[in-house]
Amino acid sequence: MILNFYAIKAIYKFEMSRTYRTPLQSFASPVIATVLYFVVFGSAIGNRMTPIDGISYGAFIVPGLIMLTVMTQSVANASFGIYFPKFLGTIYEHLSAPISSFEMVIGYVGAAATKSAGVGCIILAVSFLFVPLKVQHPLLMLGFLLATALCFSLLGFILGLWAKDFEQLNLVPALIITPLVFLGGSFYSIDMLPSLWQTVSLFNPAMYVISGFRWAFFGVSDVPIMISLVSIAILAIVFFAIIWRIFATGYRLRQ
Amino acid sequence: MSAIVQIELLTKKYDDGKLALKDLSVEFMKGEIIALLGPNGAGKTSLISIICGLTTISDGRVTVDGFDIQSDYRKARSLIGLVPQELMLEPFETVMGTVSLSRGLFGQAPNDEYVEGLLSRLSLWEKRHSPIRELSGGMKRRVLIAKALSHEPKILFLDEPTAGVDVDLRRDMWRLVKELQAEGVTVILTTHYIEEAEEIADRIAVINEGQILLVEDKSVLMKRLGKKELLIELSESLIAIPQGLAGLGVRLQNDGRQLSYSYDMATEKSGIPEVLGALKIEGIGFSDVHTEQSSLEDIFIELVAER
Ligand SMILES: Nc1ncnc2c1ncn2[C@@H]1O[C@H](COP(=O)(O)OP(=O)(O)OP(=O)(O)O)[C@@H](O)[C@H]1O
Ligand SMILES: [Mg+2]
Repeated sequence: MILNFYAIKAIYKFEMSRTYRTPLQSFASPVIATVLYFVVFGSAIGNRMTPIDGISYGAFIVPGLIMLTVMTQSVANASFGIYFPKFLGTIYEHLSAPISSFEMVIGYVGAAATKSAGVGCIILAVSFLFVPLKVQHPLLMLGFLLATALCFSLLGFILGLWAKDFEQLNLVPALIITPLVFLGGSFYSIDMLPSLWQTVSLFNPAMYVISGFRWAFFGVSDVPIMISLVSIAILAIVFFAIIWRIFATGYRLRQ
Repeated sequence: MSAIVQIELLTKKYDDGKLALKDLSVEFMKGEIIALLGPNGAGKTSLISIICGLTTISDGRVTVDGFDIQSDYRKARSLIGLVPQELMLEPFETVMGTVSLSRGLFGQAPNDEYVEGLLSRLSLWEKRHSPIRELSGGMKRRVLIAKALSHEPKILFLDEPTAGVDVDLRRDMWRLVKELQAEGVTVILTTHYIEEAEEIADRIAVINEGQILLVEDKSVLMKRLGKKELLIELSESLIAIPQGLAGLGVRLQNDGRQLSYSYDMATEKSGIPEVLGALKIEGIGFSDVHTEQSSLEDIFIELVAER
């Protein structure tokens, strides 16, 4: 037995069933939030905005909105997915099962990424109802969506492993991840910022991801697409290495 | 009989410095029911947690059916089922969902027939679609047992299986344990109660302060340690032991209101009929008769003194 496929499948299925039990929380709330963004930013404010790089503001924010949701949902899903069994104590079963940490990561992160990528697709579909939209590189766009979902689910998994209580679990996204995503150019182009903040933005990993995703839509971006692709790969590797390290030391899982 | 779990010089030191197991060595035999008997904090759960992979080893070695639990963890763990001490379950998941998860985690292909049989055996089949939060405490414990047995393990650990369990469920549980034994499963359970160990186990391992004080066949242990005391509450207090009782080894206590008589469970004749007969002949009335068994504490004191 090289990989315990049944275990990966079991974790994946179990996590996904959590989603179907709470369809409102899983799907409806991100969709409603997005519709609100469209109404507020796209229609109300967007009408007063000049097009950015020749793209109407309503369309411009679509990739940003999707990324915003996918990133925050990925972190939330994955962190909760692994934190909850720790909190309940049901993690005992995973620890006693003949599974490697790698299989656990695939199961949990895979499920979290599936959910958030699914929500991302729903938001994209909803966007077509609000703004005229044409995706220039659909395959790259999908690839980016999946890669982002996976990458931020890995980050969420780290958070869930690390968090000692619900406060930490909620605080990190609120204090670190949401600001990074907002300031990463979800709703604006980086060149609209004063030059100091443009420089600061270059240190924001979320900016590279959002920029690349927007490029897949419109063929314009803040940074070259290759840099975005490399950044997301580096992020994934770094997050994976951290998880590997956590498991190797048994940190906060096995005493 | 051959050993299925071998523990050699196992030491567990928790991060806070607490030494929970000290150079502990013991073997569990294939197909036996063995009770780990010990007071709170003795190290029972720590021992089980290490064997099952929940906590790390500080020092020593554990093998399960010949597989080292660290280097060969997949093979070792797939043989083991664990019912933990606490009721730890996902409240919103259904019985079926959580049992399927367990089976999958242990690398087994789905087997509807087996799972149906298992749930029926534990009287959970009707409840298979119920969310766990809607179940009673006893049912939750049965769900934990179903999860532990979902992958058809060869070794079953039951950590304090009777905590918070009523008489019926306890009887059902012991029946299941016996059936599992007949199917070749080795069962290791922990308990605080000597009566419980006596009721179900083939062998008893007494554990205290992270060390095994002794491992013995139940019958041998009960003979060695099973002292009982008969206490007779007298209707009227006596000043001295009457003639007719004098030679029987009876003591007068509690200001002459109580007679006490110690006897050994190992011996064929307890001597109780003789004592009661003598009371009748002497015309001594009594309001109550009861017995006291040597408690776990007495046994520990005795065992520790012996070492
Ligand atoms: N995670 C932990 N960190 C530090 N010390 C611990 C931890 N778990 C247990 N201990 C300590 O190790 C000792 C043995 O505990 P353990 O839970 O193994 O006892 P037990 O025999 O199962 O007791 P009980 O009958 O109460 O369940 C106790 O002193 C306990 O306080
Ligand atoms: Mg215990």
